[in-house]
Amino acid sequence: MTKVASGGARFGADSRGRYNDRIFRGTSRASAWVVIAIIVGIGVMLLLGSLQAFREFGVIPFVTGTTWDPVRDIYGALPYIVGTLLSSGIALILATPVAILTAIYLSELAPRRVAIPLTFLIELIAAIPSVVIGLWGIFILTPFLKGTVEAWVVGIFGSIPIFAGPPLGIGLFAAGVILAIMIVPTIVSVSREVINSVPATQREAMFALGATRWEVVTKAVLPAARSGIVGAVILGLGRALGETMAVTMVIGNAQDIPTSLFDQAQTIASKIATTFNEAAIGLQTSSLIALGLILLVITVALNIIARLLVWQTAGPVGNE
Amino acid sequence: MTTQTPAIPIRRTLTRTAADRRRGLVDRFFRWLALGAAIACVIPLAAIVIFVTLKGISALSPDLITKPPKALGIGGGAAAAILGSIQLVGLATLMAVPVGILAGVYVNEFGGRRSGRVIRFAADVLTGVPSIVVGIFVFTILVLPFHQYNAFAGAVSLAVIMIPVIMRTTEEILKIVPGTLREASLALGVPVWRTVASVVVPTGLAGILTGVMLAVARAMGETAPLLFTALGSRLINVGDWSRPMDAMPLFIYTNARQPYETLNDQAWGVAFLLLLFVLTINVLVRFRTWGRRAG
Repeated sequence: MTKVASGGARFGADSRGRYNDRIFRGTSRASAWVVIAIIVGIGVMLLLGSLQAFREFGVIPFVTGTTWDPVRDIYGALPYIVGTLLSSGIALILATPVAILTAIYLSELAPRRVAIPLTFLIELIAAIPSVVIGLWGIFILTPFLKGTVEAWVVGIFGSIPIFAGPPLGIGLFAAGVILAIMIVPTIVSVSREVINSVPATQREAMFALGATRWEVVTKAVLPAARSGIVGAVILGLGRALGETMAVTMVIGNAQDIPTSLFDQAQTIASKIATTFNEAAIGLQTSSLIALGLILLVITVALNIIARLLVWQTAGPVGNE
Repeated sequence: MTTQTPAIPIRRTLTRTAADRRRGLVDRFFRWLALGAAIACVIPLAAIVIFVTLKGISALSPDLITKPPKALGIGGGAAAAILGSIQLVGLATLMAVPVGILAGVYVNEFGGRRSGRVIRFAADVLTGVPSIVVGIFVFTILVLPFHQYNAFAGAVSLAVIMIPVIMRTTEEILKIVPGTLREASLALGVPVWRTVASVVVPTGLAGILTGVMLAVARAMGETAPLLFTALGSRLINVGDWSRPMDAMPLFIYTNARQPYETLNDQAWGVAFLLLLFVLTINVLVRFRTWGRRAG
C-alpha cells in the first residue's frame, strides 16, 4: 500500500499517469477483443473451410446425404447427425430426471452438512478429463453393460427392432450412458442455482397452508423455476452434443445410421476425431470441417437459448 | 439459504383422513426417491476414481515416467507424453493468463455496460464451443498453412480453451473487490492503471489464481483440440514447437485402442497420474474457497 501512495506524489506524475493509463486501458481492451476475435475467427474459418463441400454438394443434400465415401469423394452428414442426436437424446432421457431430483434434494431436502460435500462431489465429475472417462468406458462400463442391461433387454425385447441385439457393449447405448454421466453435473448445478433463486416466501406460503415438502416443491418451487430448469437441461444437451473423446471411445465408430439402441454408430464429433488426420486435403477435409460447422451452429444456438432461459429466472450464471 | 425454511408441521385434526395419509406417503416416497437420485449421481464418480486408481497404481513403474515409447515393438513408457503435456500446458498458460486476466479487468473496470455485456457473452459462447471445433479452427490457421502438425498450434488451442475460464473468474472476483478501495487509491492521486495493478488485482489475486489453476487442470486433460494440432508423437520433443509433440491425454487415447495389454496398462497408469493431478487441483481450490462458497 505504501508503494501505491508514493506513486502519484511527484509533480508531473499526473500526465505520465494518464499516458500509462491509456496504454493500460488499450492493452486490456485489446485482450477483451481477443475473446471476440477468437469466436468470430472460429465461425469465419469454419465457414471458409466448409465452402468447398457446400458448393460441391449443396447445403441440404450434404445434411441429408447418407453416403460417406472417400473413394468416390461423396460425402453426406446424416448418419453422424442422427448418431449425435440419438446418443445425446439417450443421455438426456437418462440424466434429466435423476439430475432434477438431485437438484431438488440438494436445495430443498438435504441438511447443509450433507448438501455441501455432495454438491462438491457431483461437480467434481465435470472436472474428470473426458479421455479418462472414455478409458473407463471401454474397459469397465461397456463390458458391464453388455453383461447386464443389454443382455436383459435383448433377451426380453429382442424381437422389437429398436432393441435388437447382439449386445456388444460398445455402441449407441453405451455412448448415451457415458454422456448422461458427464452432463449430470451441469444440469444439477444450474438447476440448483435456479431453484435456490425462487423466493422463500413462495415456499412459506405453501407451508402455511399445511402442504407437505413434496407439495411445496411441485406446486410452489418447480413452476417458478421451470424455464430455468429447462435452460439447465438445454445447457446439458449442448455439452452432450459436442462431447468428443469419451463418446469416440465407446460408440464403435460405425458408418451406418443406427437402427437399434445397441448398434454401433458415430457422432459428428467422433467422426471428426477419428478421420480428420487421415483425410485427404480437399473435398474430404472440407466435408469434415462442414460437419464441425454444423456442430458449432447447433451448440452455440442451444447455449444462447439456454442462457437466456436461465437468466430469466436466476440471473447470469457463471462458468460451468 | 432457502433450505432453512422452517417446516411448519401439518396441523393434526382429531381424525387423520385417508387423503392425509396418502399425502404423507407420497411425500415420504419422493424424499427417498430424491435421496436415491443424489446417491446415483455420485456412484459413477466413485466407480471411475476407484477403477482408475486400482488399475493405474498397478501399472505405475519407473519406466512409465522416465522412458519414451519404444521405437519398435511394445514397451517403453510415457515420458514423451508427460514432458509434452508440461510444455504444452505451460506455453498455453503463458499465453492465456495475461489475455484472460486483462480481459476480465477490462470487462469489470473499464468496459461500459454494453461492451462489457458483449464481451462476457462472447466468453460464454466460447466456453460452449465444443473443444474439437477449437481444434479444427487452430488447424486451419496454424497447421494447414505450414503443412506441418506442430506443438505451437497445440498450445494455442489449449490457450483458447483456457482464456474464457480465466477471464470469467477474474471478472467475478474483481466484482466483489469493494469500490471504496479503488476510491481510496484514486483519491491519493494514484493513476487508474496503478490502482488496478497494485490495489484491485492484488486484492483479488487468490481468486484469480483459483481460476488459473482450474484452467490449467482443464487444459491438462483436453484431448480433442490436440488431435489435429500437436498430433502426438512417440519421440521426446523438448522445445521444438514446429514439430509434433505428445501429451498425456493423447497417450491415453492412443494406447487405449491398442490390442496389447501392456499398452492398455500404460494408458491406465497415465490416466491415474492425470486424474490425480486434476482432482488434487480441484480439491485444493475448493478448500481454499470453502468459506466464500459456503457463506
